[in-house]
Amino acid sequence: MPASPLVEFCDVTKRFGDGPIVLDRVSLAAQEGDFVSLIGPSGCGKSTVLRLLAGLSPLTAGTIAIDGMAPDAAAAELAFVCLEPTLLPWLTVAHNVEVPQKLRGVPAVERSATRRHVLELVRLAEKADAYPRQLSGGQKMRVSIARALALAPKILLLDEPFGALDEMTREHLNEELLAIREKEAWTAFFVTHSVAEAVFLSNRVFVLSSHPGRIQREIAVPLPYPRTEETRLSPAYHELVANVSRVLRSVETAAA
Amino acid sequence: MNPMSRPFLKLLLPAATGALVLALWYAIHFFLSEDRRFLLPPPDAVLAALRDNAPFLARAALNTSQGALIGFGLAVVVSFALSLLLSLSPLVRASLYPYLMALQLTPLPILAPICVIWAGAGLASVSLLTFAIAFFPLVVNTTQGLISTDRNLVELFRLYGAGQWQQLFILRVPAALPYFFTGLRIAATLAPIGAVVADMNAGSSAGDGGGLGFQAIIYSSQARYPALFATAAVTCVLGFVFNAVVLAVAWLALHHWHDSYERTDK
Repeated sequence: MPASPLVEFCDVTKRFGDGPIVLDRVSLAAQEGDFVSLIGPSGCGKSTVLRLLAGLSPLTAGTIAIDGMAPDAAAAELAFVCLEPTLLPWLTVAHNVEVPQKLRGVPAVERSATRRHVLELVRLAEKADAYPRQLSGGQKMRVSIARALALAPKILLLDEPFGALDEMTREHLNEELLAIREKEAWTAFFVTHSVAEAVFLSNRVFVLSSHPGRIQREIAVPLPYPRTEETRLSPAYHELVANVSRVLRSVETAAA
Repeated sequence: MNPMSRPFLKLLLPAATGALVLALWYAIHFFLSEDRRFLLPPPDAVLAALRDNAPFLARAALNTSQGALIGFGLAVVVSFALSLLLSLSPLVRASLYPYLMALQLTPLPILAPICVIWAGAGLASVSLLTFAIAFFPLVVNTTQGLISTDRNLVELFRLYGAGQWQQLFILRVPAALPYFFTGLRIAATLAPIGAVVADMNAGSSAGDGGGLGFQAIIYSSQARYPALFATAAVTCVLGFVFNAVVLAVAWLALHHWHDSYERTDK
């Protein structure tokens, strides 16, 4: 393990204006290559953790270091995927995927090479000329992931990316996401409501409690990668899901 | 319903409506006592007047189209620039909207003589007045579009470090297009009407410069009613052409991606 973590939260506190405290002295550290899931009841501030990481919102107190930098300075190392695919409806899939690079002034030749590569990764190369409304929900989300990967980020922030999809599609995309990660090494912060999803994807699961948001427990998931369909059938996986569920339930009852 | 019959019905039904209107028109004409039939000249008389007055009506239509086009074009350009300004902040909107409203709320026949004092009677005034009437719906709609960009997309652009100009031209302007075209369709309806009314109030027949409004005044003062009806018909056609062109441009810009158009690919 490298000595210095890639991402480090030190006593991070966040409140919006004079509102209640959303995050209360959150401290966590993620190493390069970690797949970190954040899970907790609604209102526990897990999405806020990602927004702070992305520099979309200022901290109230504490510090965040990404590769030793503040979030604003580290923006180039991050990519964000959220619940909505947020594609530009007037652009084709190909042009959507190229948007982030276009905004950074990357030349067209390089952009199209990247675009081909990332659309291969999400297995949507044949949809390059389609418009978003011609795609299914799962396909849109894959385009959204491809667009995020186009920047070759060191850290991928995913805010319930599969929350609006049906169970089958979600499981497929979970497997695909891990398959992509085998080829492209990035560190992931993944927010979800689904215990099964968190366990399947992550090597570390953080359970948060709400009002104010605090980290209640970190649970390690020592299942070996690559994980596949088979992983979901293993007793170790089921035991971990049950364990995380138990912790999550205790957090929710404590809040109620 | 048999799906094959749909395109057929789409042609048949409007044609049937047209035939019905014509029949009703003739019926009313012959129902009137003979000395009052001038009130509604029959379609064939209108057609004959159209043919006999074709050179005058064509010239008038050309002049009116010119004024309408210049005013309409001016409205598009100015409204776009103004919308960009208005989209900057609620403060800018609050300070400018009341005065834009004032311009729109002043009736054209009152604005016309003022315009004539400034620009003289003729094409310049007609264009200016058409501009004044066409640009409000464009400004309102385009501004609304520019400030209604999906917040998630704005945030995404911020995250990717997009500059203000990039955000404006890669995100906000394309996102505002459907709104812009809504404004454009209203403006395309208003512009030909505006040009005709402006022509009646601020036009000039000097150098064959009279438009359809002028022509209507002449025919009405000479009690040439079939020709007056023919003028009305030409005005309608002009309006249709304006709208058809705008609808076609909107279709070209939006049908690939906007949900107001049916998907043709699946």
